[in-house]
Amino acid sequence: MSLWQEFKKGIWAKNPILILGIGLCPTLAVTTSISNALWMTLASTFVLVGSNVIVSLIKDVIPSHVRIPIFITVIATFVTVVELTLEAFQPGVFHSLGIFIPLIVVNCMILGRAEEFASKNGVLLSIFDGLGMGLGFGLTLFVLAFFRETLGANKLFGLTLIPGMEPSSAMILAPGAFITLGLMLWAMNAINSRKKEK
Amino acid sequence: MEVKILFGILISTIFINNYVLSQMLGLCPFLGVSKKLDSALGMGLAVIFVMSMASFFTYLVYKFILMPNNLEFLRTISFILIIASLVQLVEMVIEKVSPSLYQALGIFLPLITTNCAVFGVALLNVKSGFVTAELGLLKSVVQGFGAGLGFTLALLLMAGIRERLELARIPDNLKGLPITFVTAGLLALAFLGFSGMKI
Repeated sequence: MSLWQEFKKGIWAKNPILILGIGLCPTLAVTTSISNALWMTLASTFVLVGSNVIVSLIKDVIPSHVRIPIFITVIATFVTVVELTLEAFQPGVFHSLGIFIPLIVVNCMILGRAEEFASKNGVLLSIFDGLGMGLGFGLTLFVLAFFRETLGANKLFGLTLIPGMEPSSAMILAPGAFITLGLMLWAMNAINSRKKEK
Repeated sequence: MEVKILFGILISTIFINNYVLSQMLGLCPFLGVSKKLDSALGMGLAVIFVMSMASFFTYLVYKFILMPNNLEFLRTISFILIIASLVQLVEMVIEKVSPSLYQALGIFLPLITTNCAVFGVALLNVKSGFVTAELGLLKSVVQGFGAGLGFTLALLLMAGIRERLELARIPDNLKGLPITFVTAGLLALAFLGFSGMKI
Protein backbone atom coordinates (compact mmCIF):
# COMPACT_ATOMS: atom_id res chain seq x y z
CA MET A 1 0.00 0.00 0.00
CA SER A 2 2.66 2.47 0.99
CA LEU A 3 4.64 1.53 -2.11
CA TRP A 4 1.65 2.59 -4.19
CA GLN A 5 1.39 5.84 -2.23
CA GLU A 6 5.05 6.68 -2.80
CA PHE A 7 4.49 6.01 -6.48
CA LYS A 8 1.27 7.99 -6.72
CA LYS A 9 2.38 11.18 -4.96
CA GLY A 10 4.79 12.10 -7.76
CA ILE A 11 2.01 12.32 -10.31
CA TRP A 12 -0.16 15.00 -8.73
CA ALA A 13 0.22 15.78 -5.01
CA LYS A 14 3.99 16.26 -5.21
CA ASN A 15 4.45 16.68 -8.94
CA PRO A 16 8.10 17.76 -9.28
CA ILE A 17 7.46 20.53 -11.81
CA LEU A 18 3.98 21.82 -11.08
CA ILE A 19 4.01 21.67 -7.27
CA LEU A 20 7.63 21.56 -6.19
CA GLY A 21 8.85 23.82 -9.00
CA ILE A 22 12.10 21.93 -9.62
CA GLY A 23 13.70 20.55 -12.75
CA LEU A 24 12.56 23.48 -14.86
CA CYS A 25 15.41 23.91 -17.32
CA PRO A 26 15.00 20.62 -19.21
CA THR A 27 11.22 20.97 -18.93
CA LEU A 28 11.12 24.15 -20.92
CA ALA A 29 14.00 23.50 -23.23
CA VAL A 30 13.20 20.05 -24.62
CA THR A 31 9.42 20.27 -24.97
CA THR A 32 9.56 21.48 -28.56
CA SER A 33 8.23 18.09 -29.69
CA ILE A 34 6.57 15.12 -28.03
CA SER A 35 9.30 12.70 -29.05
CA ASN A 36 11.97 14.92 -27.44
CA ALA A 37 9.86 15.10 -24.28
CA LEU A 38 9.49 11.33 -24.13
CA TRP A 39 13.21 10.66 -24.60
CA MET A 40 14.04 13.27 -21.97
CA THR A 41 11.60 11.59 -19.57
CA LEU A 42 13.13 8.16 -20.20
CA ALA A 43 16.66 9.46 -19.67
CA SER A 44 15.81 11.44 -16.52
CA THR A 45 13.76 8.61 -15.00
CA PHE A 46 16.58 6.15 -15.58
CA VAL A 47 19.06 8.48 -13.87
CA LEU A 48 16.61 9.24 -11.06
CA VAL A 49 15.81 5.60 -10.27
CA GLY A 50 19.46 4.59 -10.58
CA SER A 51 20.72 7.34 -8.31
CA ASN A 52 17.91 6.69 -5.81
CA VAL A 53 18.91 3.01 -5.61
CA ILE A 54 22.63 3.69 -5.13
CA VAL A 55 22.05 6.52 -2.66
CA SER A 56 19.67 4.47 -0.54
CA LEU A 57 22.19 1.60 -0.52
CA ILE A 58 25.16 3.73 0.54
CA LYS A 59 23.32 6.15 2.82
CA ASP A 60 24.66 4.55 6.04
CA VAL A 61 28.27 4.41 4.86
CA ILE A 62 28.88 7.98 3.70
CA PRO A 63 29.71 10.76 6.18
CA SER A 64 26.96 13.35 6.15
CA HIS A 65 29.11 16.44 5.48
CA VAL A 66 30.40 15.15 2.13
CA ARG A 67 27.12 13.61 1.03
CA ILE A 68 26.27 16.24 -1.63
CA PRO A 69 29.48 15.77 -3.68
CA ILE A 70 28.99 12.01 -3.43
CA PHE A 71 25.39 12.25 -4.64
CA ILE A 72 26.49 14.44 -7.53
CA THR A 73 29.19 11.96 -8.51
CA VAL A 74 26.67 9.09 -8.45
CA ILE A 75 24.25 11.11 -10.59
CA ALA A 76 26.99 12.17 -13.01
CA THR A 77 27.97 8.53 -13.46
CA PHE A 78 24.45 7.54 -14.48
CA VAL A 79 24.20 10.54 -16.77
CA THR A 80 27.42 9.50 -18.50
CA VAL A 81 25.91 6.02 -19.01
CA VAL A 82 22.80 7.56 -20.60
CA GLU A 83 24.91 9.91 -22.73
CA LEU A 84 27.07 7.14 -24.16
CA THR A 85 24.11 4.78 -24.69
CA LEU A 86 22.05 7.37 -26.54
CA GLU A 87 25.00 8.46 -28.65
CA ALA A 88 25.58 4.85 -29.72
CA PHE A 89 22.01 3.68 -30.31
CA GLN A 90 19.94 6.83 -30.92
CA PRO A 91 22.27 9.42 -32.47
CA GLY A 92 19.33 11.46 -33.81
CA VAL A 93 17.85 11.86 -30.35
CA PHE A 94 21.28 12.56 -28.91
CA HIS A 95 21.75 15.47 -31.30
CA SER A 96 18.29 16.97 -30.93
CA LEU A 97 18.50 16.95 -27.12
CA GLY A 98 22.03 18.36 -27.33
CA ILE A 99 23.54 19.69 -24.15
CA PHE A 100 20.38 18.89 -22.19
CA ILE A 101 21.50 15.27 -21.80
CA PRO A 102 24.63 16.16 -19.78
CA LEU A 103 22.58 18.86 -18.06
CA ILE A 104 20.49 16.13 -16.38
CA VAL A 105 23.29 16.20 -13.78
CA VAL A 106 22.17 19.59 -12.52
CA ASN A 107 18.45 18.82 -12.70
CA CYS A 108 17.51 19.70 -9.13
CA MET A 109 14.76 17.10 -9.22
CA ILE A 110 17.30 14.27 -9.10
CA LEU A 111 19.56 15.74 -6.42
CA GLY A 112 16.47 16.81 -4.52
CA ARG A 113 15.04 13.30 -4.41
CA ALA A 114 18.42 11.84 -3.42
CA GLU A 115 18.71 14.30 -0.55
CA GLU A 116 15.08 14.34 0.52
CA PHE A 117 13.94 10.77 -0.01
CA ALA A 118 16.56 8.19 -0.94
CA SER A 119 18.99 9.18 1.81
CA LYS A 120 16.29 8.46 4.39
CA ASN A 121 14.41 5.46 2.98
CA GLY A 122 15.01 1.87 1.86
CA VAL A 123 15.81 0.64 -1.65
CA LEU A 124 12.33 -0.54 -2.65
CA LEU A 125 10.59 2.63 -1.50
CA SER A 126 13.23 4.72 -3.28
CA ILE A 127 12.67 2.86 -6.54
CA PHE A 128 8.95 3.56 -6.41
CA ASP A 129 9.55 7.18 -5.44
CA GLY A 130 11.85 7.54 -8.46
CA LEU A 131 9.36 5.89 -10.83
CA GLY A 132 6.48 8.05 -9.58
CA MET A 133 8.46 11.26 -9.78
CA GLY A 134 9.67 10.28 -13.26
CA LEU A 135 6.09 9.65 -14.37
CA GLY A 136 4.88 12.98 -12.96
CA PHE A 137 7.78 14.73 -14.69
CA GLY A 138 6.99 12.89 -17.93
CA LEU A 139 3.26 13.68 -17.88
CA THR A 140 3.93 17.39 -17.38
CA LEU A 141 6.47 17.37 -20.20
CA PHE A 142 4.00 15.52 -22.41
CA VAL A 143 1.19 18.07 -21.91
CA LEU A 144 3.60 20.97 -22.43
CA ALA A 145 5.07 19.39 -25.57
CA PHE A 146 1.61 18.59 -26.89
CA PHE A 147 0.57 22.25 -26.88
CA ARG A 148 3.90 23.53 -28.14
CA GLU A 149 4.19 21.00 -30.95
CA THR A 150 0.62 21.42 -32.20
CA LEU A 151 0.55 25.22 -31.98
CA GLY A 152 4.19 25.95 -32.72
CA ALA A 153 4.98 23.47 -35.47
CA ASN A 154 1.50 22.41 -36.65
CA LYS A 155 2.51 18.81 -35.99
CA LEU A 156 1.63 15.90 -33.72
CA PHE A 157 4.15 13.09 -33.22
CA GLY A 158 5.99 14.55 -36.20
CA LEU A 159 2.96 14.40 -38.57
CA THR A 160 1.55 17.58 -40.08
CA LEU A 161 -1.89 18.44 -38.71
CA ILE A 162 -3.47 21.04 -40.98
CA PRO A 163 -1.75 21.24 -44.38
CA GLY A 164 -0.91 24.75 -45.50
CA MET A 165 -1.35 26.42 -42.12
CA GLU A 166 1.44 28.70 -40.93
CA PRO A 167 2.22 27.77 -37.28
CA SER A 168 3.14 30.41 -34.71
CA SER A 169 6.86 30.00 -34.30
CA ALA A 170 6.93 31.89 -30.99
CA MET A 171 5.39 28.78 -29.38
CA ILE A 172 8.37 26.65 -30.35
CA LEU A 173 10.81 29.28 -29.04
CA ALA A 174 11.37 30.32 -25.44
CA PRO A 175 8.33 32.65 -24.99
CA GLY A 176 5.86 29.90 -25.83
CA ALA A 177 7.47 27.60 -23.29
CA PHE A 178 7.27 30.15 -20.48
CA ILE A 179 3.71 31.22 -21.21
CA THR A 180 2.36 27.68 -21.70
CA LEU A 181 3.88 26.53 -18.41
CA GLY A 182 2.52 29.62 -16.66
CA LEU A 183 -0.97 28.85 -17.92
CA MET A 184 -0.60 25.19 -16.90
CA LEU A 185 0.37 26.25 -13.38
CA TRP A 186 -2.62 28.55 -13.31
CA ALA A 187 -4.93 25.69 -14.29
CA MET A 188 -3.33 23.44 -11.66
CA ASN A 189 -3.85 26.09 -8.93
CA ALA A 190 -7.44 26.61 -10.01
CA ILE A 191 -8.18 22.86 -9.83
CA ASN A 192 -6.51 22.51 -6.45
CA SER A 193 -8.29 25.48 -4.91
CA ARG A 194 -11.64 24.23 -6.19
CA LYS A 195 -10.89 20.85 -4.58
CA LYS A 196 -10.18 22.58 -1.28
CA GLU A 197 -13.48 24.45 -1.36
CA LYS A 198 -15.45 21.20 -1.59
CA MET B 1 40.30 41.70 -35.56
CA GLU B 2 40.39 39.48 -32.50
CA VAL B 3 38.87 42.24 -30.42
CA LYS B 4 35.95 42.36 -32.80
CA ILE B 5 35.34 38.62 -32.45
CA LEU B 6 35.52 38.80 -28.66
CA PHE B 7 33.11 41.73 -28.63
CA GLY B 8 30.78 39.72 -30.86
CA ILE B 9 30.83 36.81 -28.42
CA LEU B 10 30.06 39.18 -25.58
CA ILE B 11 27.08 40.84 -27.27
CA SER B 12 25.76 37.53 -28.52
CA THR B 13 25.79 35.88 -25.07
CA ILE B 14 24.24 38.89 -23.34
CA PHE B 15 21.46 39.73 -25.78
CA ILE B 16 20.98 37.40 -28.75
CA ASN B 17 21.49 34.07 -26.97
CA ASN B 18 20.61 35.24 -23.49
CA TYR B 19 21.08 32.15 -21.33
CA VAL B 20 17.88 32.53 -19.40
CA LEU B 21 15.44 34.06 -21.83
CA SER B 22 16.38 32.34 -25.04
CA GLN B 23 18.33 29.20 -24.11
CA MET B 24 16.32 28.46 -20.97
CA LEU B 25 19.27 27.70 -18.74
CA GLY B 26 19.52 28.64 -15.07
CA LEU B 27 15.80 28.92 -14.51
CA CYS B 28 15.75 27.73 -10.89
CA PRO B 29 17.71 30.72 -9.51
CA PHE B 30 16.01 32.98 -12.07
CA LEU B 31 12.66 32.21 -10.46
CA GLY B 32 13.91 31.63 -6.93
CA VAL B 33 16.04 34.73 -6.33
CA SER B 34 14.16 37.31 -8.39
CA LYS B 35 11.78 38.52 -5.68
CA LYS B 36 13.97 41.45 -4.53
CA LEU B 37 16.29 43.70 -6.54
CA ASP B 38 19.22 43.69 -4.10
CA SER B 39 19.34 39.91 -3.65
CA ALA B 40 19.03 39.56 -7.43
CA LEU B 41 22.07 41.80 -7.84
CA GLY B 42 24.05 39.74 -5.30
CA MET B 43 23.18 36.50 -7.04
CA GLY B 44 24.03 38.00 -10.42
CA LEU B 45 27.49 39.15 -9.31
CA ALA B 46 28.25 35.75 -7.79
CA VAL B 47 27.16 34.01 -11.00
CA ILE B 48 29.29 36.30 -13.23
CA PHE B 49 32.32 35.49 -11.10
CA VAL B 50 31.75 31.72 -10.92
CA MET B 51 30.91 31.47 -14.63
CA SER B 52 34.12 33.21 -15.71
CA MET B 53 36.19 31.08 -13.32
CA ALA B 54 34.40 27.88 -14.40
CA SER B 55 35.02 28.65 -18.09
CA PHE B 56 38.71 29.15 -17.31
CA PHE B 57 39.23 25.96 -15.33
CA THR B 58 37.04 23.61 -17.36
CA TYR B 59 38.88 24.77 -20.49
CA LEU B 60 42.26 23.96 -18.96
CA VAL B 61 41.13 20.57 -17.65
CA TYR B 62 39.46 19.61 -20.92
CA LYS B 63 42.35 20.67 -23.12
CA PHE B 64 45.31 19.51 -21.06
CA ILE B 65 43.99 16.54 -19.08
CA LEU B 66 40.98 14.99 -20.80
CA MET B 67 41.84 15.46 -24.51
CA PRO B 68 45.43 14.15 -24.48
CA ASN B 69 44.31 11.01 -22.64
CA ASN B 70 41.17 10.34 -24.73
CA LEU B 71 39.01 10.76 -21.66
CA GLU B 72 36.38 13.05 -23.24
CA PHE B 73 33.59 10.83 -21.92
CA LEU B 74 34.51 11.90 -18.38
CA ARG B 75 33.54 15.47 -19.31
CA THR B 76 30.26 15.48 -17.38
CA ILE B 77 31.71 14.11 -14.14
CA SER B 78 34.85 16.19 -14.19
CA PHE B 79 33.06 19.47 -15.06
CA ILE B 80 30.49 19.12 -12.30
CA LEU B 81 33.20 18.32 -9.76
CA ILE B 82 35.27 21.31 -10.91
CA ILE B 83 32.26 23.60 -10.54
CA ALA B 84 31.31 22.20 -7.13
CA SER B 85 34.83 22.56 -5.73
CA LEU B 86 35.25 25.97 -7.37
CA VAL B 87 32.13 27.24 -5.66
CA GLN B 88 33.38 25.87 -2.36
CA LEU B 89 36.78 27.51 -2.90
CA VAL B 90 35.30 30.86 -3.89
CA GLU B 91 33.12 30.74 -0.80
CA MET B 92 36.10 30.12 1.49
CA VAL B 93 38.27 32.78 -0.16
CA ILE B 94 35.58 35.45 -0.01
CA GLU B 95 34.84 34.61 3.60
CA LYS B 96 38.53 35.09 4.47
CA VAL B 97 39.31 38.13 2.32
CA SER B 98 36.16 40.20 2.46
CA PRO B 99 33.64 39.36 5.17
CA SER B 100 31.29 42.11 4.02
CA LEU B 101 31.10 40.70 0.49
CA TYR B 102 30.60 37.27 2.03
CA GLN B 103 27.68 38.63 4.02
CA ALA B 104 26.13 39.90 0.81
CA LEU B 105 26.80 36.87 -1.40
CA GLY B 106 27.08 34.11 1.20
CA ILE B 107 23.73 32.44 0.89
CA PHE B 108 23.77 32.46 -2.90
CA LEU B 109 27.10 30.75 -3.42
CA PRO B 110 26.10 27.15 -2.55
CA LEU B 111 23.05 27.52 -4.81
CA ILE B 112 25.29 28.14 -7.81
CA THR B 113 26.53 24.54 -7.91
CA THR B 114 23.14 23.41 -9.16
CA ASN B 115 22.72 26.38 -11.50
CA CYS B 116 22.57 24.71 -14.87
CA ALA B 117 23.71 27.90 -16.61
CA VAL B 118 27.21 27.48 -15.12
CA PHE B 119 27.44 23.87 -16.25
CA GLY B 120 25.84 24.88 -19.54
CA VAL B 121 28.48 27.49 -20.32
CA ALA B 122 31.24 24.95 -19.66
CA LEU B 123 29.60 22.49 -22.06
CA LEU B 124 28.91 25.15 -24.70
CA ASN B 125 32.54 26.26 -24.59
CA VAL B 126 33.54 22.74 -25.58
CA LYS B 127 30.71 22.45 -28.11
CA SER B 128 31.47 25.71 -29.90
CA GLY B 129 34.95 24.41 -30.64
CA PHE B 130 36.86 26.92 -28.52
CA VAL B 131 39.13 24.14 -27.27
CA THR B 132 40.93 23.80 -30.55
CA ALA B 133 40.45 27.39 -31.69
CA GLU B 134 43.05 30.13 -31.58
CA LEU B 135 42.87 32.19 -28.37
CA GLY B 136 40.38 29.60 -27.11
CA LEU B 137 41.02 30.28 -23.46
CA LEU B 138 40.25 33.98 -23.85
CA LYS B 139 37.13 33.23 -25.90
CA SER B 140 35.89 30.77 -23.29
CA VAL B 141 36.36 33.24 -20.47
CA VAL B 142 34.66 36.00 -22.46
CA GLN B 143 31.75 33.67 -23.19
CA GLY B 144 31.50 32.80 -19.50
CA PHE B 145 31.65 36.44 -18.48
CA GLY B 146 29.05 37.45 -21.07
CA ALA B 147 26.74 34.61 -20.07
CA GLY B 148 26.97 35.79 -16.46
CA LEU B 149 26.18 39.36 -17.50
CA GLY B 150 23.21 38.18 -19.54
CA PHE B 151 21.96 36.13 -16.61
CA THR B 152 22.28 39.16 -14.32
CA LEU B 153 20.46 41.38 -16.79
CA ALA B 154 17.53 38.95 -17.02
CA LEU B 155 17.47 38.51 -13.24
CA LEU B 156 17.43 42.25 -12.58
CA LEU B 157 14.70 42.91 -15.16
CA MET B 158 12.61 40.15 -13.62
CA ALA B 159 13.18 41.35 -10.05
CA GLY B 160 12.18 44.89 -10.99
CA ILE B 161 8.94 43.66 -12.54
CA ARG B 162 8.16 41.28 -9.66
CA GLU B 163 8.59 44.04 -7.07
CA ARG B 164 5.85 45.94 -8.84
CA LEU B 165 3.69 42.85 -9.33
CA GLU B 166 3.49 42.52 -5.55
CA LEU B 167 1.25 45.59 -5.52
CA ALA B 168 -0.79 44.70 -8.58
CA ARG B 169 -4.21 43.13 -8.35
CA ILE B 170 -4.06 39.70 -9.96
CA PRO B 171 -6.39 36.68 -9.64
CA ASP B 172 -5.53 34.51 -6.62
CA ASN B 173 -4.75 31.41 -8.64
CA LEU B 174 -2.39 33.32 -10.90
CA LYS B 175 -0.29 34.69 -8.02
CA GLY B 176 3.24 33.44 -7.44
CA LEU B 177 4.83 31.14 -10.02
CA PRO B 178 2.16 31.27 -12.77
CA ILE B 179 2.29 35.04 -13.25
CA THR B 180 6.07 34.92 -13.03
CA PHE B 181 6.21 32.46 -15.90
CA VAL B 182 3.85 34.51 -18.04
CA THR B 183 5.98 37.61 -17.32
CA ALA B 184 9.12 35.70 -18.24
CA GLY B 185 7.43 34.67 -21.46
CA LEU B 186 6.73 38.29 -22.36
CA LEU B 187 10.32 39.26 -21.51
CA ALA B 188 11.54 36.42 -23.73
CA LEU B 189 9.30 37.67 -26.52
CA ALA B 190 10.96 41.08 -26.22
CA PHE B 191 14.40 39.47 -26.30
CA LEU B 192 13.46 37.67 -29.53
CA GLY B 193 13.84 41.07 -31.13
CA PHE B 194 17.59 40.86 -30.62
CA SER B 195 17.78 37.76 -32.81
CA GLY B 196 17.67 40.04 -35.82
CA MET B 197 21.03 41.54 -34.87
CA LYS B 198 23.89 40.56 -37.18
CA ILE B 199 27.40 40.40 -35.84
